Amino acid sequence: MSGAALPLVQMTGISKEFPGVRALSGVHLTVERGEVHVLFGENGAGKSTLISILSGVYRPSAGSISIDGEEVHFHSVHDATDAGIGTVFQEFSLVPTLTVFENLYLGRELKRGPFIDRRAMVAGARKLFEDLDFDIDVHRPASSLSRAQQQMVEIAKAFLSNARVLILDEPTASLTERETEKLFSFIAKASAAGVGIIYISHRIHEFEKIADRISVLRDGRLIATVPAKGISENKLIELMTGRSIDMIYPKIDRQPDGPAVMTLRGIHTAGVHGVDLEVRAGEVLGVAGLVGSGKSRIWRGALGLQPITAGTVSLKSRDVTHQPTGHLLRSGVFFLPSDRKSDGLQMTATARENIELSLLDRPDVVGRMGIVSSRRSRSLTDSIGEKVGVAKGAMDRAVSKLSGGNQQKVLFGKGFGEPRDVYILDEPTVGVDMSTRVALYQLIKEIAEAGKAVVVISSDLAEVMNLAHRLVVFAKGRISAELSNAEICEETVLKYFFAQTEGSA
Amino acid sequence: MSIQTTSVVEETSAPRRSNVLFSAITYVFLRVGVLPFFLVATLVAFALISREFLALQNLTNVARQSVYLILVSIGQMLALVTGGFDLSVGTAIALTSVVSAIAMVALTPVLPGMVWLVVALGICAGLGAGLVVGGFNGIGVAQFGVSPFIMTLGVQSVGAGVALFLTGGVPVSGMPYQFGDVLGFGRIFDIPIPVAVAVVASVAVWILMNRTRLGKHIHAVGGNLKAAHLSGVNTKRVLFITYVLCALLASIAGLLLTARVGSGETNLGGKIALESIAACVIAGVSLRGGIGRVENVVLGAFFITLLQNGMNIAQIGSYMQMVLLGSLLVLAVILDQLRYRLLIGDR
Repeated sequence: MSGAALPLVQMTGISKEFPGVRALSGVHLTVERGEVHVLFGENGAGKSTLISILSGVYRPSAGSISIDGEEVHFHSVHDATDAGIGTVFQEFSLVPTLTVFENLYLGRELKRGPFIDRRAMVAGARKLFEDLDFDIDVHRPASSLSRAQQQMVEIAKAFLSNARVLILDEPTASLTERETEKLFSFIAKASAAGVGIIYISHRIHEFEKIADRISVLRDGRLIATVPAKGISENKLIELMTGRSIDMIYPKIDRQPDGPAVMTLRGIHTAGVHGVDLEVRAGEVLGVAGLVGSGKSRIWRGALGLQPITAGTVSLKSRDVTHQPTGHLLRSGVFFLPSDRKSDGLQMTATARENIELSLLDRPDVVGRMGIVSSRRSRSLTDSIGEKVGVAKGAMDRAVSKLSGGNQQKVLFGKGFGEPRDVYILDEPTVGVDMSTRVALYQLIKEIAEAGKAVVVISSDLAEVMNLAHRLVVFAKGRISAELSNAEICEETVLKYFFAQTEGSA
Repeated sequence: MSIQTTSVVEETSAPRRSNVLFSAITYVFLRVGVLPFFLVATLVAFALISREFLALQNLTNVARQSVYLILVSIGQMLALVTGGFDLSVGTAIALTSVVSAIAMVALTPVLPGMVWLVVALGICAGLGAGLVVGGFNGIGVAQFGVSPFIMTLGVQSVGAGVALFLTGGVPVSGMPYQFGDVLGFGRIFDIPIPVAVAVVASVAVWILMNRTRLGKHIHAVGGNLKAAHLSGVNTKRVLFITYVLCALLASIAGLLLTARVGSGETNLGGKIALESIAACVIAGVSLRGGIGRVENVVLGAFFITLLQNGMNIAQIGSYMQMVLLGSLLVLAVILDQLRYRLLIGDR
């Protein structure tokens, strides 16, 4: 072979500019044959952009890519697939109404004459799953698969086109421990066969098991590429954030023995099977768990966003079970949804208009006949904007034009329109840069220290662990552990992620 | 995408003149939409074709003709801003016309000598018919979550059927002439009453949309339904009121039209659903909801009427006019897509 000494993938000086944003600047990345190369960095650091470039979704503004020493220019995902690059994105691309094998062969159906060769596709799919050691019925519709199974189908899809490079974007985010083990053994097998693997993950403890090298990205730049063996967790976090750990998370004073403001008793709702919880004033309650563990749905149930089949919700010792969401929100609950684009903000409206929406129940803003006082609204939205740190000039711009960090600040701002007692924050810092994070944590500190109850639901383990005074861990729709300040550490928490709750075998 | 980069990235070197012009055009396009360009093109084109087109007499005439479409369009805008639309505005007009006419004809012998009471009751009956149409739309869309397309399409057929059934397809005549004298041809402070009604309605809807809580809720529901719900907005109530208001405005237009033609007719609102949606879209109301300004919609409706007037003067046949209007609507929607992409940023 001519290029035996050349790396399998060589990305040189990759830059990517979006209108007004520089997402990547001058990033170098190499992947050797059989190497597992971890990409590590915060949301927005440029990991996704980088792999999107390698997988043909975007074209780089500058820089070059070589596969096996040969320069390539991908114009589409298709080009990249043809060059042997298989990508499993975080957002799956399965068609829910099609079966597993139909999904697998979507766009590259096997044919016999003018017709689709169903039998060959079924056989091919079975053989592939056998090779990968995945146990899936290929006739099931994709909609009936668990997230883990869907992921396996996605991985299989990548392999169907004989991938030489496999890109996995947070593959373990929704997998159980056993499924994760299976995935790891599969990764080991693939790398032994010479496949280069790019692996994006936030779970530092996974790296030691599988990774050869780790590349850390921050603000669109490559900070360092380090060998995975022997690097400490704190060092990695410092590389990722550019600051030491204790500068990120503030010390939040806890109000001792605050009264219970919100009480959930025996809640059953879709994905939640009997949960008791108390939210106390002056305390940050952390809620951790895997995707689908019920950590988020319990609150959606409590807020009337999905029906509760059993149990009671009380707010300030008043029974509010089955009350409409609007009623709860007007009775002192603030809910910050996890997806600001789909659930949180009016994207085409301005920051001011978004915040204003939370002021429209105030008698000093809305007068008789529902007429809104522009002047009052303006001064209030200005002061809220200042409090959450949205620049004056950004207040009258469409939210869609603001950075993720500013969008999230606007979303937080909606919580300060009226006095609230309970702040339920679902993924409060998802997809924002580090300085915004620090600012938002400061806001959370202020809220809690003002004697309000704060619930932080987060997939970012470090975040919940460092903010929470009390941490509940969800697994399979139940609380698998309740840990107080001193007991909170990553290993314990992770153990409870997969814990069998009492009562089940 | 090349348009975007030139407009967003600020030039540090001395900008060339063509660039200034280009960014000015982009700016107007993003702020207002396609309407200014269409309006200028129409005025120039028809002014070249015909001298009488730009005459004051003709333009005031167009303004007077446009009030019906203006009324329907500002109602249509409400529905569009919530992210839906109302295909049944024509039916609301037809039912209003037929019901008010039948009521007046039937009441005249019952209440002899009380002609103004008869007219008032007839107006109420007509508006009531409009409210029923809007109520059905509102319940279907808000309470049962039927897509606005299907709901209003269905109601459109039901209403048209009822109107034809009530009249047997024959115009209802014999209304008190005072009705037509006032609502059709009357003047107040020397302003034609239909014009006055349209002005009052436009101002009222402007205040509603820009100065009241309900208006902000309507924007919020269309901008992002889930976010509005999670902000404590009673989204079902907002949607219901929107469809009722939309039908009510169409109903008012129906009364004015009935007064103008002097009889209750089932075919008064024939093409108005298409025309009102076209007026809104051309005026920059986004089909995705959340965006729309009353003043632009009024201008949009005026533009559509102007265009029809110009085409009449240019002796373009009515069949060809249909072709042009439909094409214009599609073109406006394509440009709206482009505008939305530029507004929301590339994704």
